[in-house]
Amino acid sequence: MSILEYNGAAIIAMAGKNCVGIAADTRLGVQAQTVACDFKKVFKMGDKLFVGLAGLASDVQTLDQLLTFRKNLYELKEEREMKPKVFSAMLSSILYEKRFGPYFAEPVVAGLDDDGKPFLSAMDLIGAPVYTDDFVVSGTCTGNLYGMCETLYKPDLEPDDLFETLAQALLASVDRDALSGWGGVVHIITKEGVTSRELKGRQD
Amino acid sequence: MTSFVGETSFNPNSLLEIGSRKPNFQLANDLVDDGNFLIPNVQDPAFFCRTNFASASGDKDKEQLVKFAKGTTTLAFKFNEGIIVSVDSRSTMGAYIASQTVKKIIEINPFLLGTMAGGAADCSYWERNLGMQCRLYELRNKKRISVAAASKLLANTMNSYRGYGLSMGTMVTGWDETGPQLYYVDNDATRLHDNLFSVGSGSTYAYGVLDTFYRPDLTVDEAIDLGKRAIYHATHRDAYSGGINNLYHVQADGWKKIHSIDVNELHYEFRDEKNEMVA
Repeated sequence: MSILEYNGAAIIAMAGKNCVGIAADTRLGVQAQTVACDFKKVFKMGDKLFVGLAGLASDVQTLDQLLTFRKNLYELKEEREMKPKVFSAMLSSILYEKRFGPYFAEPVVAGLDDDGKPFLSAMDLIGAPVYTDDFVVSGTCTGNLYGMCETLYKPDLEPDDLFETLAQALLASVDRDALSGWGGVVHIITKEGVTSRELKGRQD
Repeated sequence: MTSFVGETSFNPNSLLEIGSRKPNFQLANDLVDDGNFLIPNVQDPAFFCRTNFASASGDKDKEQLVKFAKGTTTLAFKFNEGIIVSVDSRSTMGAYIASQTVKKIIEINPFLLGTMAGGAADCSYWERNLGMQCRLYELRNKKRISVAAASKLLANTMNSYRGYGLSMGTMVTGWDETGPQLYYVDNDATRLHDNLFSVGSGSTYAYGVLDTFYRPDLTVDEAIDLGKRAIYHATHRDAYSGGINNLYHVQADGWKKIHSIDVNELHYEFRDEKNEMVA
């Protein structure tokens, strides 16, 4: 079994009209055994910037700490906020730095840039970036997630509709994946601020 | 003929070499017609089947091109008022959930039940085949077959296909002249008689609940509750178990289906109960 599938995860980031959303499940497992149902996989990196990390739980937590550290250092030196595009590039470099002994995590980045436009990117575990303007997915059920996003996604969704789309896409996907689920979280990022909601998912 | 002995993986280019012919082995018991399977025309057909078409639990089929649906929690226990048989309904292929509505309790006849764990196809085929053998026994002997004999028919079948990569972990239960009976039969032809079994990837979780709360003098209602509780806890912790809890009660006049409940509903039922206990 792949080490990326050791703990299980499902993460989606999706763009709306002047807003972005990021959603993830909350399961922490050790292969078939479910150990926790409240595991954090989406991390707040700034007022309008989130990163979701799917993969080996220990590397997810290590990367969160490293990213927070590097971002703080940047902001202290530069005396300005880190833009999503810059954050994504930094993350990509951090990952490629470990080209021959990688962090076993595949991130998605979701944020709003200066003019309030959505920014979305995703990477593999050694930092190959993909930039999209609709949605990105990561985790143990990417097939399911892509299928749900392709069918439910519409351009220019309002924040409330974006939440509904993300929630339905996530819940439907994890119900067909043995390694993810057991609850979820959705963060909706707008110019005005962030709305975070917990999802009640199937408990099997 | 090219020999495949020693090869660990299936080579598609060799497909033409794999002719087929009638099985060249005699079944252990000539009276039992186990079907007439075409066997790969290779030097060691058992090895060939085992390495290429094994429907093994766990990741024994990882290197195999052909993978099968599996992942289960099943349990059955005997108590003073009969036998409770309780199972989940999830079928997985790797991490993908192929179905949440599988019937894992097979009604062999009105007095016999079999459970399904391991390869879905192996279980359903051979337990249907067992049903046929039991009916033939009834017609020949003008009386119902005992659970001991029925489970032994299945074990004999498993014995005749030993090493061919069949995957089956089943419990055969029923009520016969000697009362309620419970047997465990698996693909290596192991056949065990006991009061309590649990089989499948979630069996350890089910055993945990079962061993804690089991008593022979359970009332019928208590036994039903124990059966669904054990399955619920297994489905919660085991990624490869889930869906619906199907539960049967075996009585003197045959089995009776008690319920089909979505295990997600049980989660909130048992959570409320736990909160009441704390309060």
